[in-house]
Amino acid sequence: MDLYEHQARELFEEHGILVPRAEVTDSPKEAREIARRLGGRVVVKAQVKTGGRGKAGGVRLVADPAAAELTARQILGMDIKGHTVGKVMLAQPEDIENEFYVSYVLDRAAGRFLAIASAEGGMEIEKVAATRPEAVARIPVDPAEGVTSAKATEIADAAGLPSQAVEVLVRLWEVLVREDAVLVEVNPLVRTKEGRILALDGKVTLDDNARFRQARWGADDTEHDDPLEAAAAAKGLNYVKLDGEVGIIGNGAGLVMSTLDVVAGCGARPANFLDIGGGASAQVMADGLSVILSDPAVKSVFVNVFGGITACDAVADGIVRALETVRLTKPLVVRLDGNNAARGRAILDEHAHPLVQQVTTMDGAAARAAELATTA
Amino acid sequence: MAIYLTTESKVLVQGMTGGEGMKHTRRMLAAGTNVVGGVNPRKADRTVDFDDRAVPVFGSVAEGMRATGADVTVVFVPPAFAKAAVVEAADAGIGLAVVITEGIPVHDSVAFTAYAKDKGTRIVGPNCPGLITPGQSNAGIIPADITKPGRIGLVSKSGTLTYQLMYELRDIGFSTCVGIGGDPVVGTTHIDCLAAFQDDPDTELIVLIGEIGGDAEERAAAYIREHVTKPVVGYIAGFTAPEGKTMGHAGAIVSGSSGTAAAKKEALEAVGVSVGSTPTETAKLVLARLEGR
Repeated sequence: MDLYEHQARELFEEHGILVPRAEVTDSPKEAREIARRLGGRVVVKAQVKTGGRGKAGGVRLVADPAAAELTARQILGMDIKGHTVGKVMLAQPEDIENEFYVSYVLDRAAGRFLAIASAEGGMEIEKVAATRPEAVARIPVDPAEGVTSAKATEIADAAGLPSQAVEVLVRLWEVLVREDAVLVEVNPLVRTKEGRILALDGKVTLDDNARFRQARWGADDTEHDDPLEAAAAAKGLNYVKLDGEVGIIGNGAGLVMSTLDVVAGCGARPANFLDIGGGASAQVMADGLSVILSDPAVKSVFVNVFGGITACDAVADGIVRALETVRLTKPLVVRLDGNNAARGRAILDEHAHPLVQQVTTMDGAAARAAELATTA
Repeated sequence: MAIYLTTESKVLVQGMTGGEGMKHTRRMLAAGTNVVGGVNPRKADRTVDFDDRAVPVFGSVAEGMRATGADVTVVFVPPAFAKAAVVEAADAGIGLAVVITEGIPVHDSVAFTAYAKDKGTRIVGPNCPGLITPGQSNAGIIPADITKPGRIGLVSKSGTLTYQLMYELRDIGFSTCVGIGGDPVVGTTHIDCLAAFQDDPDTELIVLIGEIGGDAEERAAAYIREHVTKPVVGYIAGFTAPEGKTMGHAGAIVSGSSGTAAAKKEALEAVGVSVGSTPTETAKLVLARLEGR
C-alpha cells in the first residue's frame, strides 16, 4: 500500500527525521486557519498517490492565508492522472541551498534492499540515472547488518551527500524495517540556507503482507477508490476493476491474468481481474458473481476454472449453488478442465440454466464470451 | 534423474499437523513421496496416521533429520512463523526447503533467503505450489495425477498455469515441474531451474512460464542466450494488466514502464524462445519443437 505524502511525513518525523512544519485538511476554510498558524506564506500540496503533481498544478506557493484558502479550493477535487484530490497539505516553505535524493528500494533480482542516493535531487531519479548514471550511487544492503553509521557513511560518500545525511540514512532504514515498508524515498532531501537537513517530500510503500503485525494503518487507508473494488475487498475477494465488458472469474492469479489476455486477444476487453483461489467454494463463487454482475459495464461473464486440487465436479456444484443465491442477468460462459472435468460438465448440463453455456477449451470459451459481450 | 527432487528424497513437513499440512501430506504420500516425518515442537514424539502409514512428529527439523536422514522440508507454517521455520531448517543443514506459505512479509523473505544461501540450503518459494517429479516424488501442493514422467522440464511463477500446461502436455509427460512462486523475492529463480534442466539428461525441452513484475524473465533470456542449448518454449501472463495494480500475486505488478509482459516476451523471443499467446498455443509450440527434433 502506498502512503500519502502527509502520512510518509508523519512516519519520518516519528523516526526523528526533520520535516517542514505542515498540516493536512480537506476544507478550504481550515486551510486558511492552518496557513495563519504556519505564518501566512505556505506551500499548498495536493495529496494524491501519483507522481507529476507539480506539473498538473497540484503544488503551489501562496503568499497569505486568504490565498491559501482560494488555492486549496481550486486544488481540492482536482483530477491528477485519474486520482481525485481529497486532501491538501499546507507546509512552511524552506530556503533551499541544495537538493539530494535518497531511497531504499527492493532489488527483486538480488533478493535484498538497495540504497539509491544522489547529490542531484529534486527531479525524477530515473532521468538522472539515464542521463548521468555516475551521479547515482546504488549500494546493496546486507539484510543481516542493515544500515549502520558505517554503511550510511559509505552510501553518503558514494553519492557525494553531506555528512549530516548519514544520520538521515540510518533513520530512514529504521523506517523501512520497523514499519515493514518495501519502499522509502525522500526526494528531495534538502539542505536549507541555515544548514539543516530536511525531508521535503517523501514516498513510502508498505508491505500488505505485513498488516498482521502493523496495526497502524486502518481499513480506511486501503486504496480502493473504486466502489466495486471496495465491495469486493469487503468480501475478501482478490478483485481488480478494469475498463472492459467481459467479467472474468478464475482460480489462481496466473490463470486469471492469462484469461484476461486471451479474452483481449479475441477482440473484447476484460472488465476485471478476479482470482477465487484453489477452493472455488459456492460462497466465494456467489460473492464473485454478485460483484461482477453489479458492474454495469459487464455484458458477459467468463468463468475459467482448472480443476487441480479442487476437482471440477466440486467447482460445478459450487456454481450451481451460487446460482441459487445470485440472480444471473448476463450470459455466463463456463470452461471447466482438469480433474473430473467430464463430471463437472455433466452437473452443469443437468442444471441447464438458460443463461449458462459451456465451452470445453479456454481459447474457445474466451472467444464465445468475447462474442457475447461485443454483440450484446 | 530429474532436478532437485527424486525417488531418493526424504521429506519432512513443517506444519504437518495443521489443516493444510494434513491435507497435503496425505496427497504427497498418495503420490509416492517418501514423507519421513512432521515437525511441531508442541506435538513431538507423537505419530499421525495417514491411511496405512504412521508418520512420526519431531520436535525440530534437526531432530527429524537425525532420526530419518531427511534432506527436504516442505513448509506450511503460517506467515508470522515462516521465517523462524526456514531459519531453523537452514540451521539444521537441510538441502532443500520448499516454502508453500502465502503472505510472508517481504522483509522476512529477504532475511531467510539470504540466510539459507549462506547455509547452503536451497529455498523454493515462498508463495509457491512446490515441485513435482512425476512418478517419483511430490513436495508441495501440485496435483500429482495430472501427468506422468516424461521429457519436459517446467519452471513457473504461477501454480494454476503450471497445472494447465501439465494437463495440455499430459501425454508427453514431465521430468520435473517447479513452481518458483509469485512473490517479489524468491529463493529459486527461473535461471536456477534453467541451469538444472540444461544439465538434466532426462529433460529434452524446457517450458518457462512468467508473468508481469520485476525482470526475472529478461534475466532468464540473457542466461538462455549464453548457457542453454536445449529448446525453450515460453508463456507470459499479464499483457492486459494495468500499471500500478497488483494482480493476485504480490510480485505481479507493472511499475511505470518496467515489468511489462511485452518486454518479457520480446526479450525471450530475441534469444530464440518460442512464446505462445495462450496456454494452449504454448502447448502446441512444445509439441512442434519436440517433433521437429
